[in-house]
Amino acid sequence: MKPFEYRRAEDAGGAVAAVADRPGAMFLGAGTNLVDHLKLGVARPDLLVDVSRLPYDAIEARPEGGLRIGAAVRNSDMAAHPLVRQRYPVLAAALLAGASGQLRNLATTAGNLLQRTRCPYFQDVTTPCNKREPGTGCSALEGHNRDHAILGASEHCVAVHPSDLAVALTALDAEVRVLGPSGERVIPITELYRLPGDEPDRDTVLGHGDLITAVDLPDLPIAARSAYRKVRERASYAFALVSVAAAVEMRGDGTIAEARVALGGVAHKPWRARRAEEALRDARPEDLRAAADAELADARPLKHNAFKVPMARNTLVAVLRDLIREGEPG
Amino acid sequence: MTETLRPREIGRPLERLDGHVKVTGQAVYAYEQPVPDPLYVHPVQATVARGRITEVDTSAAEELPGVVAVLTHRNAPRLASDDDRELWILQDDEVHFRGQFVGAVLAETSETARQAADLVKVGYEQWPHDVELRTDRDDLYAPEQVNAGHATDAETGDVEAALRQAPIVVDHTYTTPMQHNNPMEPHATTAVWDTDGLTLYDSTQGVYVVRRKLAPVLGLEPERIRVVAPHVGGGFGSKGTPHAHNVLACLAARVSGGRPVKLAVTRQQMFAVVGHRTPTIQRIRLGAGTDGRLLALAHEVVEHTARIAEFAEQTATPSRMMYATANRRTTHRLAALDVPPPFWMRAPGEAPGMYAAEVAMDELAVACGLDPIELRARNEPGADPETGRPFSGRRLVECLREGARLFGWDRRDPTPGARLRDGWLEGTGVAAATYPRFLQPGNHAAIRYGEDGCYQVRIAAADIGTGTWTALTQIAADALDVPATAIRLEIGDTDLPEATVAGGSGGLSSWGSAVVGAARAFRDRHGPRPAPGAEATGTVPDNPAAERVSLHSFGAQFAQVLVNADTGEVRVPRMLGVFSVGRVINPRTARSQLVGGMTMGLSAALHEQSVMDPRFGHVIDHDLATYHIAANADVQDVDAVWLDEEDPYANPMGSRGLGEIGIVGAPAAVVNAVHHATGIRVRDLPVTPDRLVAGL
Repeated sequence: MKPFEYRRAEDAGGAVAAVADRPGAMFLGAGTNLVDHLKLGVARPDLLVDVSRLPYDAIEARPEGGLRIGAAVRNSDMAAHPLVRQRYPVLAAALLAGASGQLRNLATTAGNLLQRTRCPYFQDVTTPCNKREPGTGCSALEGHNRDHAILGASEHCVAVHPSDLAVALTALDAEVRVLGPSGERVIPITELYRLPGDEPDRDTVLGHGDLITAVDLPDLPIAARSAYRKVRERASYAFALVSVAAAVEMRGDGTIAEARVALGGVAHKPWRARRAEEALRDARPEDLRAAADAELADARPLKHNAFKVPMARNTLVAVLRDLIREGEPG
Repeated sequence: MTETLRPREIGRPLERLDGHVKVTGQAVYAYEQPVPDPLYVHPVQATVARGRITEVDTSAAEELPGVVAVLTHRNAPRLASDDDRELWILQDDEVHFRGQFVGAVLAETSETARQAADLVKVGYEQWPHDVELRTDRDDLYAPEQVNAGHATDAETGDVEAALRQAPIVVDHTYTTPMQHNNPMEPHATTAVWDTDGLTLYDSTQGVYVVRRKLAPVLGLEPERIRVVAPHVGGGFGSKGTPHAHNVLACLAARVSGGRPVKLAVTRQQMFAVVGHRTPTIQRIRLGAGTDGRLLALAHEVVEHTARIAEFAEQTATPSRMMYATANRRTTHRLAALDVPPPFWMRAPGEAPGMYAAEVAMDELAVACGLDPIELRARNEPGADPETGRPFSGRRLVECLREGARLFGWDRRDPTPGARLRDGWLEGTGVAAATYPRFLQPGNHAAIRYGEDGCYQVRIAAADIGTGTWTALTQIAADALDVPATAIRLEIGDTDLPEATVAGGSGGLSSWGSAVVGAARAFRDRHGPRPAPGAEATGTVPDNPAAERVSLHSFGAQFAQVLVNADTGEVRVPRMLGVFSVGRVINPRTARSQLVGGMTMGLSAALHEQSVMDPRFGHVIDHDLATYHIAANADVQDVDAVWLDEEDPYANPMGSRGLGEIGIVGAPAAVVNAVHHATGIRVRDLPVTPDRLVAGL
């Protein structure tokens, strides 16, 4: 571990300025991922600016509808919030599927979104990794890649994004509020994350010194009938092999008016399944599998993760099937 | 038969005597031992799997404020013996496995030591390495013997002829992955080397084994080394011998100018330097009549060892004594690879061997159309097939029948893949368990009657979380015929009379026997009303009758599983184990050990797998986020019960030991239940969803 300077941020502007001024500076939230990286040598900052105590710890109803979730809200608090549970059950379920109770009590909204891949080669400084050290090569491409991407990967990186929360937020079209060196801006979460391309070291479109201050949830009636399903080999405390966040709105004739679907564990970013959504419009329950297949048609499995294709397909179908049944009379 | 104690304290579910100090944080573990002005040691590990160190640059590390010394092979004190190559570190420039210690930093804080270790630059001439176990290798060899002194191969009758003639043949290959022990307390040592000699506060399963193994390496008389370990946070075999980190701490203490040093192995480092279980490839062939009676059994094992130190897991040995058959072959072949030395891990031999053997028996039951319990009952031997001796007590069938009754086995429809409810396929499975009774020679105890009216009982036993503090107190109480409250036990220190390691499920049996021997000597000499200060020592009483019988524990493992029909996720809502282990000393700690063992079996069945990347030569899932061990949510209704009995041949307590039998057979029960649930026979552990989903 490399020694670093620690500063507790007094206000957001100061935090942004402090980090923006120093190339080796990083924001520190709860540290549930970053502190591991400090110990492992994956991250070697010379300044940590602690933003976990900035006044972004509230969940508020927005006047135009929807919710604003502060960046420092703890995962447990978000999952337990009555409005979250009532209006966005997919969100509460995704949060509770993540990590462990102890970690959720500590982890923040923004920290969760900006956690980094758990690719074992990324976390092991003795092996090459383009995400950690651009240009050194991808060890997972020809290595042990059971947990890696089947969609949108590149020859430079096949890592997956680990967050459950981000998958649910992607299905909900959440927006991320960012304070940067040149002011505030709003980024749709579907545009926050990147595919690896030839710059796998960049997980997101954020620049150095950009601070997430809140996540805005739109007023979204469809989200009332939503669910999150995380497939994992352990019943708790394991990252997703695949996960599905979905919401549906049904018509009286049993057809789907609209569906929102995002997949986790399959790509470098939470994967909004727009092709499946397209196929699901006006579809009937018997069309679910075709919709899932449409989304996964471009899947390019690696040596050890071909199972993710049937697993993602089956899970997508099962989640939608259950959501459709949820609204059926007894 | 030996004269057994009349159980008064024995058999009571006494609460752990060390429970209060543990839950209040007052129990002092190796790394926490208060020593004046300590230095901290952090190792430098090789980043190639095989080769030669060509350059070492320690300048950046040495310049770091707070760094006291940097050790490499160029400046480390010389060791005295290379008989144990695992312990022969920092003596030359060769690298034998990735992660090998090639240096160490001593610093004023652990953080500085770790930072400086990162700054040590080591250059290598890298040589080709080989870490892949395959059955088609041309360099497989038969070791002279396998672990615990068993013969490498054993053969009776004509297996091949019997298999050719058998109406029913099951012939499959089963594999288990490399696995790593991960006790909650990582390996740690506090070392003090001063004019009095060397004192080690060590996290170990046996203080005397640490002294005995380190003395020749360090060139010290054993008496110059004191090892202390009052509390140990789990070991599971990995702390059954000193490893390289002990030597590294000693080398550091040699150059620290008399200051104590502390070394805690990190979780990641544990995946390279404290032993592991070899992967196994096991071909099992069973030939049977249509009535299920075995005509032939072949259990042929291929596994790995390290090039620098041989450890041969005795995987096929349970197949030598488990079932009756006239034609039997068991073999072990090893590939010596550029991997760290494997070592004991939770029922070495029995755990992987009985996984394969008991899944094969389930496959035979299916092939014969027999209930798997009935199949096992039909293959009960009259005497131990391996030795010809009668068993001191073989109540396997009783365990199976009692388990069947408790588990509701008679309501089971044997049809596989037939029970789908709410998206989950349900199934149940059964497997047998066995574990030998070990009684280790070389145990001594001392007893002194104190002025306070209590008996001081001294023996260098270990409590690695198993309950020794409590159960050995109970044994001492009954041996002296006094209440447990009149016993003052002292363990975990080489200043105490010599004791053997906590291993082979024989710790309590061995130490307890010595305590009984000492108690008898004490009463013989001092009678029932001793004067304060009266003392006696004793050892394990002679037990010639034990030589005439075969001493093994047995058990029956039952599991219910649910397999998600969409995803292949496996959950285990229910496990039941019924065991015959002789007398149980403390039902509370015994149950904890058995349930813990069954949980390890569940974990091995579904989760645990060290992933070796053959390109780099190291285990890449080297932390507890990626190396999955069953977590609380995976462990649902797990129950362990036992037959009420004593084994008068085993030892004066009538106990056979139960530390490991809980794990044996449990993975097979789970895998057999997965087959019952899905119709899919998984022969490679662990049964992760990726191995099931495509077939559902």
